Amino acid sequence: MTSMKYNIQLVGVGGQGVLLASTVLGNAAVSAGLEVAMSEVHGMAQRGGSVQCSVRIGKEIFSPLIPSGGADLLLGFEPVETLRNIAVANKDSHIVTNTSPVVPISVSIGQCTYPNLDEILSAIRSVNKHVVAVDATALAIEAGRAITANAVLIGAIAAVKNFPLSKERMLESLLQVVPAKARDVNIRAFELGYAELSQRRG
Amino acid sequence: MERLLADSGRLLLLGNEAITRGLIEAGVGLAATYPGTPSSEVGKALEKVASHAGMYFEYSVNEKVALEVAGAAAASGVRSFAFMKHVGLNVASDALLTLACTGVRAGMVVMTADDPSCHSSQSEQDNRYYAKLGLIPMLEPSTPAEARDMVVEAYRLSELLATPVLLRTTTRVNHARGPVDLKRAPRPQAKGAFEKDPQRFVTVPANARLLRLEQLERMERALKLSEASPLNYVVGSSRIGIVTSGVTYTYAREWLEDVEILKLGFTNPVPEKKICKFLQGKQRVVVLEELEPYLEDEVRRIAQQHGISVEILGKRTGHLPRAFEFSPDVIFSLKNILPVRAEKAPVDVPQLALPSRPPVLCAGCPHRATYYAAKKAVGNTGAIYSTDIGCYTLGVQPPMQCADFTLCMGSSVGAAGGFAQVTDQKVIAFIGDSTFFHAGIPPLINAAYNDHDFVMVILDNRTTAMTGHQPNPGVGREHGGIETPSIPLEPLVRACGVKQVRTVDPYDFNSTIEAMREAVAYDGLAVVIAKRPCPLLKRKEGKLTRSRYQVNQDRCSQCYICVSRLSCPALTREDKAVKVDSTMCIGCGVCAQVCPKDAIEVLQ
Repeated sequence: MTSMKYNIQLVGVGGQGVLLASTVLGNAAVSAGLEVAMSEVHGMAQRGGSVQCSVRIGKEIFSPLIPSGGADLLLGFEPVETLRNIAVANKDSHIVTNTSPVVPISVSIGQCTYPNLDEILSAIRSVNKHVVAVDATALAIEAGRAITANAVLIGAIAAVKNFPLSKERMLESLLQVVPAKARDVNIRAFELGYAELSQRRG
Repeated sequence: MERLLADSGRLLLLGNEAITRGLIEAGVGLAATYPGTPSSEVGKALEKVASHAGMYFEYSVNEKVALEVAGAAAASGVRSFAFMKHVGLNVASDALLTLACTGVRAGMVVMTADDPSCHSSQSEQDNRYYAKLGLIPMLEPSTPAEARDMVVEAYRLSELLATPVLLRTTTRVNHARGPVDLKRAPRPQAKGAFEKDPQRFVTVPANARLLRLEQLERMERALKLSEASPLNYVVGSSRIGIVTSGVTYTYAREWLEDVEILKLGFTNPVPEKKICKFLQGKQRVVVLEELEPYLEDEVRRIAQQHGISVEILGKRTGHLPRAFEFSPDVIFSLKNILPVRAEKAPVDVPQLALPSRPPVLCAGCPHRATYYAAKKAVGNTGAIYSTDIGCYTLGVQPPMQCADFTLCMGSSVGAAGGFAQVTDQKVIAFIGDSTFFHAGIPPLINAAYNDHDFVMVILDNRTTAMTGHQPNPGVGREHGGIETPSIPLEPLVRACGVKQVRTVDPYDFNSTIEAMREAVAYDGLAVVIAKRPCPLLKRKEGKLTRSRYQVNQDRCSQCYICVSRLSCPALTREDKAVKVDSTMCIGCGVCAQVCPKDAIEVLQ
């Protein structure tokens, strides 16, 4: 953490577990003895709308929000949402995005079109060179349950270069919020995400 | 949530949880609310912990009742808390403004959770003016930890002044999360005794005039407390000054350098001498606050009154916007007038058209089925859809477009009466079960009494869904060791004077259409109760038993009625084929009933 502050923006669709992931991050940071300020979305937007959560950790942290260009890490749970929120990133930010689309009603009823995945990813890559695209849903199914896609993504960001929290601390924090019976499948999902990103990072 | 009861430790708390913890540390004996974002999580926390902390907590039927319940507790010597969203205080204001005249005997705090940018609200309003209007002392926290501290301080001030105190928060405080170090919590006093004092508590005009004078005198004492309050403090030293409050302080603190900040936490009355001293010798002062120029006008007034000549910039000078919440980016927009700390430049946003993603009714939401049936029953002539506040307001989105007019809680029914009276259009009012109890009963009686001809549909999903599934009188109470039976809707509606009432299950599509047709055809006031529990709640409770559906591609004629007219998010088009997303589908079976080819089948 060069400037003693590390800003993570999490974005996705209501119902995807964005809020839960941000809590995992925040608790891990508190257990590491760091200051934390976070901002969450509750209420109406959670009903299938776009959601954003910010997690800021380090020293001398006051604001719960991240300025445009201020994110060290942008974690997207859905490709269109990653692109929609790209202005929170700068050219040096790390971007981890899930590749499984959640198609909004505006598309189903023919009001809008959903761009194809390659277009979305190349648009993201055209402005930032540190992008890793992960099929978190496929890895979650490999781990045993599609619903663990957020554990895959939490594992993935733990492997991001210069990420300030250790893998062990992140996993421990994750396991505190998952039900006991889903513990093993979440560990598998987390490890798959971690391995995927470590490998892709090269 | 039980961790909120711990004796010590450092917890990462949501602003609303920190406020809850503040109530426990302040020894509050009674709390009452009607749920409303961004205040709702306080209630969700109290539902679980209040009785363990020795506190009585209730979901009142509306905010006004919550305030009255809490007011009586404080008049009886029990520390009390009433909390609500900003528009909830509009409902409660009648009681609050008079309670501010009578005063209280034990500490009483009222939280107004404002929602700049209308994240979950029908309007943006700055409730700090209620403090001015009602001569009520007010505190404004900036962070979760400060919110906890201010709750405790607010009770001390309330008892020193014998008046309710307003705690004014915003979404970015209620829904921020930060570390809070727990302090010792005393056992609250939950029982008191009411000593009669009609001159104080019975506000006939002769008494009211005396109370008014007393209230003005009380505010003089409040001013002294504000002047001395450690909640109003200065950070840094510079000839460039910032006056700020609330979450905006956190943005200023991090992204401005070489400025002197006057951080105000006790904001009614503002500390006049402190502000005066701060202004003296400054070259420029910028007032940073969200929404209205509340502090700015005070700063200008104080400068004028004390003959201080200093450049004051803010909303009145066009340097800052009045609409919507601030963010760190607002600080960056001031780089021509303030020394702003540089950040890396954001990337250029690539030009690729993205589909909009507004919030929508969930997969399997019974309201969708009710709306679909209502539109079918109304037919091509259409109707005025007078709707209300809740998840179902999302019926405004295409393709349903079942929302034409919404003001506030309960307005669907009152307004329907007006539309029915002055137009020859069909009128349908949609109101949720919780909203009906909150503010729908008087306008329904009004409609029966005045013979208004419209259809009222109660979207009875057996909960208060939008705010996070709080119970309401229709489901009965089952928390804090108190159990009460449900108050059934149908007899209540009949008792309001309605003769034509039918209860249907919206998942039974044909019966729902039939009931809607009957109600629309009925000459006079007709009510349909569309009763089906919110599947999201059922899932939370682990009680959702679901059938799995799939599209029989051989039968499907690709008419897309299910996708484009019913618009359930669990149905998607992949190329030409319609698919059921099994992770989202809750198995309500409504799409199968809507499909003209019977192509959507239960997976065996």
